[in-house]
Amino acid sequence: MNYAFYVFTSYGVAAAVTLCLIAWVWLDGRARRKELAELEASGIRRRSARPAAETTGDISRETTA
Amino acid sequence: MTESLAITKLSDLANPTRFMALVARLVPWMAGLTALLFAVGLYLAFSTEGDYQQGDTVRIMYVHVPAAWLAMMCYTVMALSAIGTLVWRHPLADVAHKAAAPLGAAFTLLALITGSLWGKPMWGTWWTWGDARLTSVFILFLMYLGLIALNRAIDDPSRAARVSAVLILVGFVNIPIIKFSVEWWNTLHQKASVLRLDGPTIDPEFLRPLLVMALAFTLLFFTLHLVAMCNEILRRRVSAQRRMSARMANREAAQ
Repeated sequence: MNYAFYVFTSYGVAAAVTLCLIAWVWLDGRARRKELAELEASGIRRRSARPAAETTGDISRETTA
Repeated sequence: MTESLAITKLSDLANPTRFMALVARLVPWMAGLTALLFAVGLYLAFSTEGDYQQGDTVRIMYVHVPAAWLAMMCYTVMALSAIGTLVWRHPLADVAHKAAAPLGAAFTLLALITGSLWGKPMWGTWWTWGDARLTSVFILFLMYLGLIALNRAIDDPSRAARVSAVLILVGFVNIPIIKFSVEWWNTLHQKASVLRLDGPTIDPEFLRPLLVMALAFTLLFFTLHLVAMCNEILRRRVSAQRRMSARMANREAAQ
């Protein structure tokens, strides 16, 4: 193959960027789920997760509260 | 009847819990399909012929072109989400454009690096500031970084979303500039050869791997974007609950 250095460096960088993105998204999700589990273990629950509370789709409360 | 059903479906999606349940069901399929497309794309990318002029550097195009296409598509997705934030005040739209910015930055960087790696052997230079296409894509990269920084600088998520939505829409002017820079100015970068009014002008030998790789990268983007959106929803829940627990602790201390 001619210009092998340029071709393989390109594919190497593409693989590295893709793997970094996958790792970031995966580890970020895992860390956030762990934090939520810890909060729940210490007795802090989402308002909508309380047994008495209604579970309607009150979106403003769910994401931006 | 069908209209009200469609509206119900849409408002179902507005509920983050239902959105996350849907994503959890979709993502394994999307990830599997992405991996399959990458396998086929990479096979085609290395089994097809090299170009008579570019030689094997034509294979760089199979990652460079999809990355550049995604860099612009990601910004377009962010602009549509920004409209969702400003017009409908949809919380999922806030989450969508915030989660897309790091992905867009990564693909833009990839397009810039692979472009450089092709430019050195073919043009004889890694980079030139005089080229409108190169410079406008570099500005797009800086805009992504600016949006990430802005989102981090403002604590209140809905205020951050509104401010960055305005900035995203103002910056959208750069997208047609990138697309048509090769027509409007005399650039070193070649003109469009796939998305043209008169159809693609490249040989099917190169078009096939290019399209498969473009599809693979596009699906990769949407898979990552959906998961990143879920992560952002979780991040907001964590901070909301931390604030709630702080309030509860305050109340207990006051009693």
